[in-house]
Amino acid sequence: MAIKGAIVVDTERCKGCGVCITACPKDVIALAKSVNGKGYNYAEMVNGDCIGCAGCAIVCPDGVISVYKSKIND
Amino acid sequence: MIFNQEIIKPENLVYTKTKVLTDNVMHYCPGCGHGRIHRIVAEVIEEMGIQDKAICIAPVGCSVLAYNYFNVDSLGAAHGRAPALATAIQRLYPDNHVFTYQGDGDLAAIGTAETMHACNRGENIVIIFVNNGIYGMTGGQMAPTTLIGMKTATSPYGRDIHLHGYPLRITELLADLPGTYFITRQSVHTPAAVRKAKKAVEMAFQNQKNKKGTSFIEIVSNCNSGWKMSAPDANKWMEENMFPKYPIGDIKVDGVKVSK
Repeated sequence: MAIKGAIVVDTERCKGCGVCITACPKDVIALAKSVNGKGYNYAEMVNGDCIGCAGCAIVCPDGVISVYKSKIND
Repeated sequence: MIFNQEIIKPENLVYTKTKVLTDNVMHYCPGCGHGRIHRIVAEVIEEMGIQDKAICIAPVGCSVLAYNYFNVDSLGAAHGRAPALATAIQRLYPDNHVFTYQGDGDLAAIGTAETMHACNRGENIVIIFVNNGIYGMTGGQMAPTTLIGMKTATSPYGRDIHLHGYPLRITELLADLPGTYFITRQSVHTPAAVRKAKKAVEMAFQNQKNKKGTSFIEIVSNCNSGWKMSAPDANKWMEENMFPKYPIGDIKVDGVKVSK
């Protein structure tokens, strides 16, 4: 059993400030190479190490991150 | 991504934006602390179940459009006069939760008199004071809270004490007034700091519910556009430079000053 998390970013509302990247303890988030409708490089999940701590969502100034967490059988 | 599919289900949701904030896109700069402060206030309102009783007084400054984001009744006050307007509304509706949301240019400069007198009268209101040491909306001019040596649009060689005076620590001043019941200084730059700030906001609204007097929460925040830095750099700069002048922690709890 392992606790796994995942984030969903509302890419159209993300402003790409990067505060979630410094808050993430597992280096799961990075800015995307593509941009959203406003021209910001939005945040996205780049690997499966997320533990669902919700640190990124708590410091996100625009509240664009939703966090999910569950127990997964290895 | 494939590895997310079995995790992203409604029953596994642990955190999402509260419904007390509207879905409007905030006009704040990327990385601004205002969004986080809005959210913790909204989360406290949701958890206490006071959405229909809360009344937000929006100031003049960056957060002038706060009523577009808080899904509660709101009013806009004249520059600096939010505590005066809050006084009136709280006296007319004593069972409602009136809170003001002000920046340092609004509360500590043009609104000093209103703030001091509202706190001295011990009005049963919650004041949320966002201190980023600069006038953000008008283009980064010097504020009363600007640090010594800090460069702004109107102090291009840095703030000079002989020319501009000293940074104003209005929170410590207000702690001397007998009308204030709860005074604290928090920040919102890390997840732990946001959680602590949320607890402080919750305590302030509880005090208001119990009709204890004025609760005043200063939140030291960043202005990465005004400071001309990226958002993560601004948070780091704030830790190194703002916190020595504006130390984080409770200043007055239950009407008694915390000794340090």
